[in-house]
Amino acid sequence: MNKLSLIGLLSLVIRRDLVLAMRRRADVLTTLIFFVIVVSLFPLGVGPEMDMLRKMAPGVVWVAALLASMLSLGRMFSADYLDGTLEQMMLVPQSLSALVLAKILAHWMVSGLPLVIMAPVLGLQFDMSAQALWVLIAALLLGTPILSMIGAVGAALTLGLRGGGALVSLLVLPLCIPVLIFGAGAVEAVVSGTSAGSHLALLGALLLVALVFTPWVTALALRISME
Amino acid sequence: MVPWFSWSAAILFVVGLYVSFFVAPTDSQQSEAYRIMFIHVPASILSMFIYLVMAGYAALGLIFNTRLSSMMASALAPTGALLAFLSLWTGALWGKPMWGAWWVWDARLTSELILLFLYLGFIALHASIDDPRRADRASALLAIIGSVNVPIIYFSVQWWNTLHQGATVKFTGTSMHVAMQQGMYTMLLAVWLYAIAVSLLRVRCIILERECKAQWVSELVEVRR
Amino acid sequence: MNWGEFFSMNGYAWYIWGSYGIALLIFFIEIVMVRHRKTLVLEQLHLMRNAEDVVT
Repeated sequence: MNKLSLIGLLSLVIRRDLVLAMRRRADVLTTLIFFVIVVSLFPLGVGPEMDMLRKMAPGVVWVAALLASMLSLGRMFSADYLDGTLEQMMLVPQSLSALVLAKILAHWMVSGLPLVIMAPVLGLQFDMSAQALWVLIAALLLGTPILSMIGAVGAALTLGLRGGGALVSLLVLPLCIPVLIFGAGAVEAVVSGTSAGSHLALLGALLLVALVFTPWVTALALRISME
Repeated sequence: MVPWFSWSAAILFVVGLYVSFFVAPTDSQQSEAYRIMFIHVPASILSMFIYLVMAGYAALGLIFNTRLSSMMASALAPTGALLAFLSLWTGALWGKPMWGAWWVWDARLTSELILLFLYLGFIALHASIDDPRRADRASALLAIIGSVNVPIIYFSVQWWNTLHQGATVKFTGTSMHVAMQQGMYTMLLAVWLYAIAVSLLRVRCIILERECKAQWVSELVEVRR
Repeated sequence: MNWGEFFSMNGYAWYIWGSYGIALLIFFIEIVMVRHRKTLVLEQLHLMRNAEDVVT
């Protein structure tokens, strides 16, 4: 095999992970259905008053997205770890961070993107206005990659541990709080009539910071876990 | 070192409690309830400070591969978690008579709660990895990530809750009575020394557990006996 | 100031003694647990030492 460029490697890993995910469609669907069910349960829990539902809609959608993204974190590295692919990946000449970034992107396409697409439909259940829905989509689009990235660090740290799933949530959820605040804040700002720009800008800033640091930290965590 | 720290901590506790309950005057606005401050403020300050020290030790352990600093980090974590819990508990008991609520979603309280979660995550991660070296390094990484995140969380929560005003602004340094200051500093020092003593004692246990095969351990007086 | 007044803390007794009580309880429990851990470790070391003596 001739030497791959960095971009080629990235797209190769992404394509591979996507193919693997498409082979096991049930896993992807489980996350999505979980998201839909959690969001739908809230009105049943708090009662059907439209005013209240409209008010809590952004928060509910965001918390559900957060929980749903936790659900699929365990799968991010574990399959590759078990069949030895991960060890091979650590031996490639290109940096492990780049590979990790590709895996994170693939994970986001499989578990984050469906949530973003599904969210407006759920927003309609809560009677959100069209403008609020657009902001919700924008905020989710900026926010869910951050969730995948922070989650990747947690997944790498807990690789191959017993009770890993619950542990990942314990580690990752506190770190996701800023994303939750700004994501839900953006939608609430639009609903209450002010501009969502500052919230979205802060989310974007968080995304960039996460983009720079998390692949590197995840690679470090993977090396610790694998040695 | 341990007896030295623990005895001075005990003496300072007694002095500090005496000053805070008998010398410090009754506050004009908060009556006697402000006396919770003497345990609440030291606990909060130290819970944050211990996290920083822990992350520092963890970073040292991760970068220079020194075993002792990793052990120190894992010995500090339970003390820090307990102090964070204590600060939340006393804060709730202080908030109830003063603000009329056990809990307010304000930036300081929320970040203290998240700090407790971070401590618990550190302890849980450390406990669930069997290989001590991997446990040290993985949880060190987590502690560093957490310490980077704490400021972000603090500012985002503060920004989220713009209600943050009057109620939480505690006594400013100047308006505080001298005896109150003395009482608080004594208690701060006492809790500080206590934390040092307990963590040293704990790190001793950890060292003995890890190095139980080493020659020098079996030559210790306590073991020989 | 008599003792009854001191303990009632001007009506805030529940809050003040609640927080200090928990504080002392936590410190006490932590100390007891660490000491217990220490005795356990020493016991373990004793056992290992004695086992070695038997072997050699």
